[in-house]
Amino acid sequence: MSWPIIQQSLPMFAKGFELTLWLSFIGILGSIIVGIVVSMVRLFKIPVLHQLASIYVEVSRNTPLLIQLFFLYYAFPVIGIKLGAELSGIIGLIFLGGSYMAEGFSGGFNGVPKSQVESGKAIGLSRFQLARFVIFPQGFSKSVPALAANIIFLIKETSIFTVIAIPELTNTALDLIGMYYRSNEYLFVLVVAYAIILIPLSVILTYLEKRVRYGTFGN
Amino acid sequence: MAHSGINVLLEGDNFIRLLGGLWVTIKIAFTSLAFGLVLGVLLGVLRTFKNRLLRFVLRIYLEFFRVVPTVVLLFLFYYILPRQLNFNLPANELATFVFALWVAAEMSDIVRGALISVPKHQQESGKAIGLSRWQLYRYVLIPQAFSLELPATINLATRVIKTTSILMLISVMDVINIGQQVIEANNHTYPNGVFWVYGIIFLFYFLIDYPLSWWARRLEKKGLERENG
Repeated sequence: MSWPIIQQSLPMFAKGFELTLWLSFIGILGSIIVGIVVSMVRLFKIPVLHQLASIYVEVSRNTPLLIQLFFLYYAFPVIGIKLGAELSGIIGLIFLGGSYMAEGFSGGFNGVPKSQVESGKAIGLSRFQLARFVIFPQGFSKSVPALAANIIFLIKETSIFTVIAIPELTNTALDLIGMYYRSNEYLFVLVVAYAIILIPLSVILTYLEKRVRYGTFGN
Repeated sequence: MAHSGINVLLEGDNFIRLLGGLWVTIKIAFTSLAFGLVLGVLLGVLRTFKNRLLRFVLRIYLEFFRVVPTVVLLFLFYYILPRQLNFNLPANELATFVFALWVAAEMSDIVRGALISVPKHQQESGKAIGLSRWQLYRYVLIPQAFSLELPATINLATRVIKTTSILMLISVMDVINIGQQVIEANNHTYPNGVFWVYGIIFLFYFLIDYPLSWWARRLEKKGLERENG
């Protein structure tokens, strides 16, 4: 392990770090929006859209991001749709993340005890009121740990962007290793960089899980 | 026209080769799951013990494997094992090894979570009738934790299968690597082949993972019904 080599590589890693953060941010934001829309469509059982949402969730959750990216980046140009690498990456991440977020929200909504929903109906709430005053307030707090876990998952998934040569963190490290054969140094910086992003999030996740567990079990 | 490219799959032994690649993918996924789940259950049980040092060490192990993306884990072992420890493994076995360690880490957390979710009175009743710690785990906690953790375990399996897609990065001859070879070899006759080859690989992954996640979902639903009526 040689420190000068690490120091020299830091400006390049800084760029990769920035790009990873930026792509994660856009991807997570897009995923949450898609997730909310899809979970609403499922909650209100809107005809046709409801079935489409289910198909989307199943396809997105049961295929790897890598092959989704290959499809967007290499196969779409064949049918005349040319996306750049970064745009393919963002679309791929939102396509994947949207279904995970939707499942997170739906999980929270479904976790609201039936007695709550039935009580709401009994006092004459409309379907909209039931969602607004009973299911959302309880459901959102129940879905928070799942959402936090998804955020960590999606940030880690950006490492797969390396296969379509987006110069994020992992790609930066692999490029440097390919050029200078100093795997120890570059892998070390790479792991530290991910740790800087993910350890605080992981700590927050553990805390949130405890809070929700406390709300459910009381211990 | 894109649809004329579908013949690329039927040309020569292309389809058989893709299936061969798929078999490599499946073999690595299931071997690493088998080893990883066993190790994970063991570590999960150990993590419910009172010993602080043991819990701390296992927690670090879990956090390391959870924080570092799988692609990076793969490269860490790919570069460091042979260069630092002079320990050379063929790419397939290296991948199985890394995945097993990763599965064990994730599984240990699932098992621990399920064990501490078994109602406290069950554990106390067990102690009251004089069960030893081994008997308590063997007859009370693990059987009840099993049904709690099964959906999460199946979901972990689907994740492992999906994650095998990154094995092409360390030149394992998996279904994606074979797919790329097929695309390149037939690029001249079938310029649209890329669409169909990646399409069929997409479908392969879906056909393996969908039944598993359907099963997990059904079990989860049953669990919810038991809880909420």
